[in-house]
Amino acid sequence: MYKITDKKQLNGSVTCLTFDAPLISKKVKPGQFVIIRIDEVGERIPLTVSDFDAQKGTLTVVVQAIGFTTKKLTALNIGDGVLDLVGPLGLPTEFGNPKRAIIIGGGVGCAIAYPQAKYLYNMGVDVTVIAGFRNRDIVILEEEMKAVSNSYFVTTDDGTYGRKGLVTEVLKELLESGNYDLVIAIGPVPMMKFVSLTTKPFGVKTIVSLNPIMIDGTGMCGGCRVNVGGETKFACVDGPDFDGHLVNFDELIRRNGFYKEEESHKCRMGEVNNG
Amino acid sequence: MADMSPTKTPMPTLNPTERNKNFEEVCIGYSPEMAVAEANRCLNCKNKPCVSGCPVNVQIPEFIEKVKEGDFLSAYEIIKKTNALPAVCGRVCPQESQCEGKCVRGIKGESVAIGRLERFVADYFIANGIEKNPDIKKNGKKVAVIGAGPSGLTCAGDLAKLGYDVTVFEAFHSAGGVLMYGIPEFRLPKDIVKKEIENLENLGVKIMTDMVIGKILTVDEIMDMGFEAVFIGSGAGLPMFMGIEGEGSVGVYSANEFLTRINLMKAYKQEYDTPIKHSKSVAVVGGGNVAMDAARCAKRLNAEHVYIIYRRGEEEMPARKEEIEHAKEEEIEFKLLCNPVRVIADENGKVKAIECVRMELGEPDASGRRRPVAIKDSEFIIDVDAVIMALGTTPNPLIRSTTEGIQTNKRGCLICDENLKTTKDKVYAGGDAVTGAATVILAMGAGKNAAKSIDEMLKNNSK
Repeated sequence: MYKITDKKQLNGSVTCLTFDAPLISKKVKPGQFVIIRIDEVGERIPLTVSDFDAQKGTLTVVVQAIGFTTKKLTALNIGDGVLDLVGPLGLPTEFGNPKRAIIIGGGVGCAIAYPQAKYLYNMGVDVTVIAGFRNRDIVILEEEMKAVSNSYFVTTDDGTYGRKGLVTEVLKELLESGNYDLVIAIGPVPMMKFVSLTTKPFGVKTIVSLNPIMIDGTGMCGGCRVNVGGETKFACVDGPDFDGHLVNFDELIRRNGFYKEEESHKCRMGEVNNG
Repeated sequence: MADMSPTKTPMPTLNPTERNKNFEEVCIGYSPEMAVAEANRCLNCKNKPCVSGCPVNVQIPEFIEKVKEGDFLSAYEIIKKTNALPAVCGRVCPQESQCEGKCVRGIKGESVAIGRLERFVADYFIANGIEKNPDIKKNGKKVAVIGAGPSGLTCAGDLAKLGYDVTVFEAFHSAGGVLMYGIPEFRLPKDIVKKEIENLENLGVKIMTDMVIGKILTVDEIMDMGFEAVFIGSGAGLPMFMGIEGEGSVGVYSANEFLTRINLMKAYKQEYDTPIKHSKSVAVVGGGNVAMDAARCAKRLNAEHVYIIYRRGEEEMPARKEEIEHAKEEEIEFKLLCNPVRVIADENGKVKAIECVRMELGEPDASGRRRPVAIKDSEFIIDVDAVIMALGTTPNPLIRSTTEGIQTNKRGCLICDENLKTTKDKVYAGGDAVTGAATVILAMGAGKNAAKSIDEMLKNNSK
């Protein structure tokens, strides 16, 4: 049993959960993920680590309650626990030695973009953060992001906060007006796709963090396979970070929707159960 | 005088058209009367050819003699001396190519049903016996085992009996390896696997789940924790794909994923959260036990048509004979001498058909089996909404890529000497991690031999 030691609601559907996980917290690096199984009948879901503290022995994930299991997970409270917490899985992010980096977070993806920004900022890299949301109500981690960046932009789809429009518009202007040598994009797959398409003509190295369907997280099920530069890669062991210019995003979007019908069925059950 | 009936006492099974709709165990098992009758077919040969066919050296004629006498508990003691998991082996060993393949009775007629007798004895014990834990004198030495599959569990059990303090590190949330995630309930009930694991824990073996070695701890860190030897039994878990057009379509998966969802995650049960697709028409590519398991699971999830697509003929299929027969009884449709060339998807990227080419057998290849060659212009299309690839697996790189001094061959298998020692001091290995995908019993044999080597090494070191 891995106990929840802290819980914060970041917006209506996004929750930050901190677990007591001393062994993993000593090993994990930015970009890696864990797999959680809540209880005996639970499914195994991958969640990218958004923060960790080796001294305290804790590990933090940010969860958006969109499916059956994420709803069940975010309904847990401090003192509750999960049966299984496996990790650290996947390879850590390979940042290289950038001088000026743009970190893009889309929605809940900001929670995973945050440790990346923090890591680079602390290394002395000039960091620009672009955070994109659907509307004002779901903006998260604004102060945290500002604290680890040299400049911060926020966009909303409906213009209720920050600039109206998509992250790619800000990105394009930045790339046209200045020199950057690294872009990291974390968020919905379509966002990562269009970020990669935007950076490609500028030839800027672009890292995306993928979160496909998986079971074991050790290379065994092959469910997380993605096509990268014409090769089959397993996101769990070869990733989850990949070169955005090589990922076949369209295939990934289709494959991620595979269990949608089963999910929505279960989700409705969950809503009934939770009243 | 032996019973000279040329055929085995038939195994009672569930009705094929009913059982292919549920996950209950297909083979019901012998009654005591059937077991005694079958045991009486054994000639009790002096030179025991059957024993030479057993990777763990079960004293077959001896245990069968006890069955003849109706002393089933003594029969169990004899099996248990060399086989840590008899209820498992009686069910999943490819007996026709091992013990039964060497049986003298097989020359004229059918061999003695050694596997069925082993299973009977093990089940009889589970129902009626009490596991006696041998008096173990602890020697205070710690040994680590990586992977709680057939090789790791066997190695752990043998070392524990010798007095070692054994800890098994398992990546999944439950122990058993392929016995839990791979082999379906209807062939190997999970309660039996759990029972065998419980027996090991009663011997003092500690099992730590959720531990992905190579990530949470490296082999060197395990040694630093005071373990004096390490056994790697991490298996061959990485699924292979064909590399054909359309393989990334929605509805194509590895047999590993499909079977893990069903067996380990129990996706077929309403109360479990893991989702599974109930497809109408399923193509399973491959001819091994895993392909049969996947096909029979797909049928049990209510598929109308399930096809086994295999590039060679039935003779060349690596699956156990009984599995092939059971699959056919359960209305699995065999498309032999056929090879997929592409998966065809609809406008949403979902599988709608698989295109195959007909094959013929040419000259024997390196494996000794005749090589299949495509027949020109013989392509044809089968409408399916799911494709399951059961093409075999390769060893997981997580340990080899994080362990200094450990060498592998070009297929990624760990290199070991005749004592199953790897190229790294005090580190041993066995099972699929060394051989590539093979059988449960070969892995168990390796676990057994490695335990012996580890014991000898540690004894010599302390002299």
